[in-house]
Order: sequence, then structure tokens, then C-alpha cells
Amino acid sequence: MITTAGLTKRYGRITAVDGVDLAVAEGDRYGLLGPNGSGKTTLLRMLLGLVYATRGEITVLGRPVPRRAGEVLSQVGALVESPAAYGHLSGRGNLALFDAAGPGGPRRTRRTRIAEALDRVGLGGVDNRPVTAYSLGMRQRLGLAAALLRAPRLLVLDEPTNGLDPRGIREVREVLAELNRGGTTLLVSSHLLAEVDQLCTRVGVMDRGRLVVQADLASLRTPTGRVEVHTADPAGAAALLDGRVDARDADRLLVRHADAAELNAELVAAGIPVREIRAERHTLEEVVWEATTASADRVDRA
Amino acid sequence: MIGVELRKLARRPRTWVSIALLCGLPALVAVFLAATGIGPGPGEEPAFLSAVLSNGALFPAAALAIVLPLFLPVAVAVVAGDAVAGEAAGGTLRYLLLRPVGRTRLLVAKLVSMVVYVLAAVVLVAVTAYAIGVTLFPAEPTAVTSVSGVAMSTTSFTMRIVAAVGYVAVSMLGVGAIALFLSTLTDSALGATLGALAALVASQVLVTLDAAAAVSPYLPTRYWLAWIDLFREPIPWRDIQRGLGIQVVYVVVFLGAAWANFATRDVKS
Repeated sequence: MITTAGLTKRYGRITAVDGVDLAVAEGDRYGLLGPNGSGKTTLLRMLLGLVYATRGEITVLGRPVPRRAGEVLSQVGALVESPAAYGHLSGRGNLALFDAAGPGGPRRTRRTRIAEALDRVGLGGVDNRPVTAYSLGMRQRLGLAAALLRAPRLLVLDEPTNGLDPRGIREVREVLAELNRGGTTLLVSSHLLAEVDQLCTRVGVMDRGRLVVQADLASLRTPTGRVEVHTADPAGAAALLDGRVDARDADRLLVRHADAAELNAELVAAGIPVREIRAERHTLEEVVWEATTASADRVDRA
Repeated sequence: MIGVELRKLARRPRTWVSIALLCGLPALVAVFLAATGIGPGPGEEPAFLSAVLSNGALFPAAALAIVLPLFLPVAVAVVAGDAVAGEAAGGTLRYLLLRPVGRTRLLVAKLVSMVVYVLAAVVLVAVTAYAIGVTLFPAEPTAVTSVSGVAMSTTSFTMRIVAAVGYVAVSMLGVGAIALFLSTLTDSALGATLGALAALVASQVLVTLDAAAAVSPYLPTRYWLAWIDLFREPIPWRDIQRGLGIQVVYVVVFLGAAWANFATRDVKS
């Protein structure tokens, strides 16, 4: 769906994106993570032909970008950085203008398309007030509706849940998951780990312009070699497993053990009641924390 | 895309406010003139105003002379300066390009919408001025005398007014092209507008400067008043032709520069 090879962008002496080899497969839910200023937005802009690469190759939907961006973009929906609209027009008016601007399908069905997109993002009942009167969350939904206008094969979304409340975030996540089930490939950038954790199946992590991790989310969540045990008799369990307990916190113990089932048998055999037991796994947060350095918006003393 | 740009132009309150102001200034002048009866001496600026006192049908020509030096170019510079930079600042530029709208197509659509704006503004100024002129002053549309003192037929006079409207509109294209070019350079619409106005003021200053006579034939404002020649008998075409030629050169050069810059630039806004 998207591949890049050695993609690099320099602004003067600053290298914003440095030798990125991105690979997004058809049907993926790809989450692009990274601290602020790590080059996520510049990378997405290059994929969409807004910013021209200093070096490297981009292929989107099997065609080279930016050379044949025109053919590619008509099948792509995008939200880059923040949504934007003409403030003096209504949400519908804005979508009508954007729809008319590109090769988007016949004029007859424009109303239906707009209504469908608005319904999808939860703005179906919006009135004719101008966009200037919209809240941040409404603008975000409108931006998303604009991206969905054309039933795109690929959705490129930069921080899609910006400005939404927890309920809105969940709604948007559900909309995206549904679209993905219908065959739309998702490329979502975010600095919110939870968002990517809950939506995506594959992640890329950017740090200072480089793509430092690119893997399936499941393969990143490897067992840590410890087992988490909740028991009604923590003292007894600690005595039994003496020397293998890494941490103890009220009725919760972290035990160094490769297999939860074996440990469970051992505890039960010793008559210790086990309330809950599971293998501890690496979290996305740990993976990202280890792979990245300080945020680019942090400026420390030398 | 051209249709989309025209719809945006028409639905923008600013378009109509600026045109109302453009029509309002000559109206204000007409009210003062009618109330006091004191006109400028013959040959003084603005042209045609002294003649209006005796024949209101000439007021469209006077109105063009009133808005031409400052009001009209300012309005054009605002519209053209905002064309790309305003979209960039508002963030809508990237969404237009992602639709996708080709960068060249977008620029052409912006140019067409600017031309339509200029034409609409000039035509409306002329039309409202005619209405005001025949209402406030004694009007004899059938007995208009030319600047050279020869009587003109109604048809001939109407043709000349139409030609003058066209010439004035074309005169604005140079400024528009400069503003459009600057608009692709910066994300600040105000910056682009002020830049174009700075170029305009510089040109106006140099035109009046004898020491700059060598460059004056190439300045965008040099032949702005040549349309007055349309009301002479016979019409001396030389300055009008040169004026049109100069505008074409400015439009070609600055649009070319705007295209070269816009088509290759990173859109980071």
C-alpha cells in the first residue's frame, strides 16, 4: 500500500526525516508513534505529495509519489495536522466545496455523499451555522468527514482524535475500525500511546527523523519472563517462592517464572489460593520509551 | 475548480463589502459635488469631474477616474494577495491539494476568479455611477461631448465607456499578478498585499519623477490613465496599446514566477 526507501527530508541543516523505509500493507491498521518533532508530520506530508523529499523513493497504491500523486490522492482520504475549513461557510457548504474541487464523483450524488460522511462522524444533524461557531471537537469531526467523502482505499490521519473528549475518541476509534473491516487501510500518527495501542495492529516508532521500530504490535508485546500473581495469602506465597519474587505490593506479587501454568500448579499444590495469574508482557509504552530519546520540544542545558 | 473558486469568491462577504466601498466612494463624491456645485477646474484631476456638473451621463467615466489610482488597486491587491497565502494560513490549501487539485490548476482558477472580481467591480462602479449621475445632475445622454469638444452619439459614448471599463480592468491585472506571485511566496496574506501595494506606490512615484523618465514606459502604472484617450476624437491609440502590452508582460512574467515557485514548493502550512 505504502512503501518508502531511504526517504530523507532536509530543511537547511536540519534533517527532519532521515532514511525512512516505511512499509504499510493493504488492510493494515498502522500506527505511527513518536515524540513531538520526531518527523511524523513531515513524513506524512511527503507521502501525500505536499512536501517534496530531498532523497528517497515513495510508492503509494503502487504508484510513485509525487510524480503521479494526482492518481493516488483521489483514492486517499487525509487529515493533516489540524482540520481546516472556510469559517464563514457551514459544514455542509465546506464539504460541498471540497467535493466539487477534486474528481470526486457526479454532482447528483454529492448531497448523499456529504450526508453519509457527516452521519459517519456523528454530525448528521448539524445545522447551517458557520464553521467559526464550531467547537474544536466538531471541527475535528468535520475534518474527518472531509477525509471520508470519497470512500478512500487509504486513510492517512495525523492526530485524528485531537480536541475530542474521551467519548469522541472512542467513537472515532470505532468508526476507523469499522472502515478498516470494510477494507480501508489506515495510517494513523499519534503521540498518544493508548490510542495506537487500542486501534492499531502494526506500529512504527519515529525518533529524531528515523524510523527506529517497525513491527506488528503483537510481536512487540513479548513476555517479560515474569508472572503476575494476585493471591489472598501474599505472605505464604512469598515464603514459598522465596528468592523468585521481584516485587510485592499488597496482594500482588511479581514472580520470575517462564510459565504461568506451572507456577499456578505449584502455588495450588502448596495450598495458596490464587485469585488471578498471568504472564507479564512488555507494553507498547516500554517499547517506545526504550526506542526514543527526549522529545524534540524539550530543550535541556548543555 | 474554476467554478469552485468563483463560488468561494461570491460567497465571501469581503467581496461584496469591497465592491460596495468601491461604488460608495464615487457616490460620496457625487453627493458633495451636487450639494455644492463646486467642481475641479478643467484639466484638473480627477478627470471628467468638472464636465459632470453639466452632464451627469459622464459620471461613470469620472467614477472610474476616482477609484482607479488607489481604491481599485488596493481591492485587487487584497483579493489577489489573499488568493494562495490566505488558503495556506487557514490550512485549507493542503486540503485542496489533497483533493487532489493540481497546483497549476489551482493557480489558474485563482487567476480567473481575480479577473472576474476585477471585471465585476469595475462594471458595478460604472453602472452605479451612471445611475447616480443621471439622478443627481442634469443629464443629457444624447448630447455628450468628448474631451476634444466634439459631440458623440449615444452609441459611440456607450461603446467608449465599455472600452474604458475593459481597459481599466486590464490595467489592474499587473498588480493582481504581482500580488498573486507574492501570495505564493508567503503564508501571510497581509504581507503579499502590502508587498504588491509597495510595488504600486513605487511605480506611481517613479512615473511622476522626471529623472526616472528612462524606466517610466515600463512601469505598471505608467499608462493607467490612457483610457481617457478613448474619449478624444479621433482616439489616439498609441498609449492604450502600450498600456495593454505592459499589462500583458507583467501578467506573463509574474504568473510564470508564481507558477514556478508554487509548483515546486513544500506546503508546510
